[in-house]
This record gives sequence, C-alpha cells and structure tokens, in this order.
Amino acid sequence: MNLVQLERRPIGAYPQVPLVALDSVWFQVAGTLCNLECTHCFISSSPTNRSFEMMTEAEVAAHLEEARGLGVRAYYFTGGEPFLNKAMVPILARTLAQGPACVLTNGIPITARLAGELSRLSAGSEYSLELRISIDGYDAQSNDPIRGEGSFEKILLGVGRLAEVGLNPVITVTEACEGVASRAGRLKFLEVLRALGLSQPRLKILPLLRMGAEEKRLRPYQAHETLAGVELDRAAIDKLECGHARMVTKKGVYVCPILIDHPGARLAATLTESLVPFGLSYSACYTCHAEGLSCAT
Amino acid sequence: MRDLTRIAFFGGIYSNHYALQAALQIARAKGVDAIWALGDFGAFGPHPDRSIEILRGAEIPAIQGNYEESLSSGAEDCHCGYTDPRDNHYAQLSYDYTKANTKAEYRQWMGTLPTSARIELGNKRLRLCHGSPRRINEFLWKSNTSTPFVERMLRDEDADLIVCTHTGIHWDRLGPDGRGIVNVGALGRPANDGHTHVWFTILESGPAGLRVEHVPVEYDHRRLALEMADEGLPAEFIETIETGWWTTCLEILPAKERAAGRY
Ligand code: SF4
Ligand SMILES: [Fe+2]
Repeated sequence: MNLVQLERRPIGAYPQVPLVALDSVWFQVAGTLCNLECTHCFISSSPTNRSFEMMTEAEVAAHLEEARGLGVRAYYFTGGEPFLNKAMVPILARTLAQGPACVLTNGIPITARLAGELSRLSAGSEYSLELRISIDGYDAQSNDPIRGEGSFEKILLGVGRLAEVGLNPVITVTEACEGVASRAGRLKFLEVLRALGLSQPRLKILPLLRMGAEEKRLRPYQAHETLAGVELDRAAIDKLECGHARMVTKKGVYVCPILIDHPGARLAATLTESLVPFGLSYSACYTCHAEGLSCAT
Repeated sequence: MRDLTRIAFFGGIYSNHYALQAALQIARAKGVDAIWALGDFGAFGPHPDRSIEILRGAEIPAIQGNYEESLSSGAEDCHCGYTDPRDNHYAQLSYDYTKANTKAEYRQWMGTLPTSARIELGNKRLRLCHGSPRRINEFLWKSNTSTPFVERMLRDEDADLIVCTHTGIHWDRLGPDGRGIVNVGALGRPANDGHTHVWFTILESGPAGLRVEHVPVEYDHRRLALEMADEGLPAEFIETIETGWWTTCLEILPAKERAAGRY
C-alpha cells in the first residue's frame, strides 16, 4: 500500500486531535526556497522549489497581531531557509517585541554582519532568540552526501560566527547521522561542537520523516506505520505539535509544519479559523506519535 | 480570618532542609502573615524526610509539585519534563534516591495535598501552581513566557496573578494594573548565578499595589554539601551547591537563561 492510498482511508478511523491550546505559531517565512537541497528534506525544499513562496513582512505582521490576541507563547521560523528572506531581521524584531522566537536555519547564510544584527536583536529583547542549526554528520564526509558538497565547512563557519557574538545555537541532528542517537554518538557530537568554540554545546536529535526527498533516500512509510484505530489520551495529544501549534504559510494556515505538502492539512486563511480538530490520517503522524517527534525546541 | 497582606512563597525545596530552616526564620522575621510551599519538597539534596518534617511541623500549607505527584502515585520517574538524555539520567538518580529515602507515610501524605490553590491578597486573586496552572511540570522561564500567553492564562484561570516555581529561577512580570506572573524560584538549589544563596519570594499588598520581593537566603551550604557527599549523591549536584552554577538539567534552559550560567 502506498502513501496516497493510506491518505484516502476514511477519516473516522483515525484519532482526532483537538487544538488544546495555541502555544506556538510557526511561519514558513521562506516558503520552500532553500540554498541547500538535502536528500532527507521532508518537504523537498531547494533553490528552485516554489510550491510555497516567501512571506512578506506585512503578511507575517498581520498574523503576529492575530497571534497576540490569541495569547500565543512562542514563535518559530522555518522554510526553506528563513534567512533567504530579505525581511527576516525586521520580522524577528517585530516578533521579539511580543514573544520568544526560534529560527530553524542551516547556518550558511549567517555572515558576520547578520550574526551581529542577530546579537543586537537578542540583547534588545527580554525574550530568547533561539537559532537552530541542522548538521548531518560529525564531519564533511558524513554530512555532505546529505546536505550537499562543501556544506559542512560552510555550516561550521556560520556556527562559529554566532559563537563569536555570544549566540549559542541549538544544533539539531537527524538520525540520518549514523549512530548519533546512541550515548557514544552524542558525546562525540558534543566534542565536535566544543571544538567549534561552543562552550555550552546544545544538541537536539530528531527522528526522520519518511516523505518528500527522504522517501527516496532511505525508504517510504510502510502500511503498518499508521495511526488508524489508535486511541490517543491527553498525555499523547499534549506531545503532538498539532495539539498546540499551527503553521502559517504564504498559502494559508496548516495544521502543523510537517504536512504542508498535503492540501488536506490546510485548515484556513487565519489562525482564528484554524483552531479546529484534525484527523491524524497521515503516515508522518505515525512518526510524531510512535517516535515522539517534536518540532519545538 | 483577617485579610492577608504579606505572604511568603517557597518554591522547590529539593531536600535542602538547611535552606528551608533559614528561610522560615527570615520569613518570620519579616512578619509574613502566611507561608505557602509550592511543591518539590524532595529531589537533589539529602535526607528528604527532614524537609517534610520541618514543613509539617510548621503547619505550612502546601500544594503538590511533580515530585509529590510522582512519589505519592508510585511513579517510576519524577516527571520533571526534561528532554535530554543526560538531564534525564541525573533526574533519575535524584528521584531514585528520594523515593528510597522518603517514608511511606510521607509519600501518602503528599497525595493528600491539592495540586493547586486559590488565595486572595489585597484585591488580587492569586492562582498558586507548581509548573503552570494547566500542567504541573510546565516550565515557565522568563525569556520564553510571552506576556500575551500570561494574559491568556489569567483569563483562562479567572485570576490576577499566577504564582509558580518548578524552573528554579525566580522572576516576575506585572502589568501596570498589577496583574501578571511571579515565579518564586527555588529554596533547594542556587539560581545558576554563581552565588551559593537560594531564594524565596514575598508578595505584599499595600496602598501602592502589589509588591514582589525575591529574598536571598544564605544558609550553611557547606554542611549540606558534606551531607550530600555522605549520602553518595552525584558530585555534579554537590558542585552546584558549592558554586551556585547548575551542572545538570541544562538542556531545558532557553537561550538567555542558559547564557547566564557557566555550563
Ligand atoms: S504530522 Fe504530526 S504534528 Fe502534523 S498533524 Fe500529524 S501528528 Fe500532528
Ligand atoms: Fe518541579
């Protein structure tokens, strides 16, 4: 059975997740545009993927205003690569005036000048500015086949520039990195980060989503990887991003950051209208539940 | 009952019975009308029963923290809410020690405590909780708790002020109307600021509105450290007591709070 067939199963067979509380709002601020073309990207972002366009500062501002009224706790920025959006610094300035912000970046666009601007933004707010940088290996040899030729060196340059201005990014590593989920793998990675000048290395390890480009890299989802017939209690729902967050894109508000390639996951044009229950009929939902995938920091 | 005007709040005690005794003396000397304990009596430090005996002896009203919830329900871990494997490793050492050294009678008593409370101070309605009003182990750090989120919690709870602990670092943010949030910090562990003293908080209602005072507590931290060593507690915990810098539970810190510490 393939992914498409799975999605056509009747909705009633799947657990319905209510929006318990709108704690996080995600912005797909750079659309699906990215300077890299990673082989495991679950939404296949690339320099040419225009299925989602970039958001303007005015569009983000309108949703921020709405989010303020809804009592949102924190904001996340993703893409594609958020820093390809020319308005990213003013967007972050607006955001940090009303709450904490976290940017998921590959680190390559972080020039010394941008690092300086980010450091000023961070110092000027009572809220935390988090930067999350993805790396896929302990060295160029393991990272570059996934993230692209020469990317390891460039990522480390970006990380180093942040360290120089006193910003301490969270480094995220997917399980595409051999052995990183083990204790020894973790310690080895922490050593790599210390060597880079991060005296307080922060590491987050993420399971893989077997969709988009990743479907072709390793394997697609199997038929048994579904939540059909599964019942979720409140504790399980609390762990799911879709129970506590929504994803704002150029094309409207989606249930979560993961399912934006699925038209059925688009809920509304505004956040207020998007606060409705959602049926977990997608294979990625299986990863969220079974592997405890959490997009938030 | 006469109106309360000055109340002391004790956050996580983490078995620091010396700091608890010192804080009781300071609070009484400052003439508070009441003292509340907001949970997590055990964890981290030595001889958990000693803190409980002090609390019960002084008849201090208390609510459950995640530790009391876990210990009274026989849970396998502390439900602290950490996400990092190293943090969880140390949390487990701490929980196993505390569980093994807390009398069954006390564990049962913990289960009889409420998980939240509402009290009034002046014209303000206070909602007391351990983590957040909605979750016993939610971390409310200053740098990742937005003001609109606090306002939403106040609306949902029909309250003027949230009084919480669980994170171990004290902070407060009150609006011009005196409504907002106070995290009372922790009595059991220094605030990751390179100082050995620990903290509790006094809220006072006066003609000018609500006043928040975070009170530093000096205590015999060397004696506590020796006791911890005698009990075989991890060297990392002892270092925190001796230096004021956190050595564990670090990955849950937001960027700003993390940058303020040494590790
Ligand atoms: S992919 Fe995950 S976050 Fe998105 S709807 Fe499914 S379970 Fe929820
Ligand atoms: Fe706690």
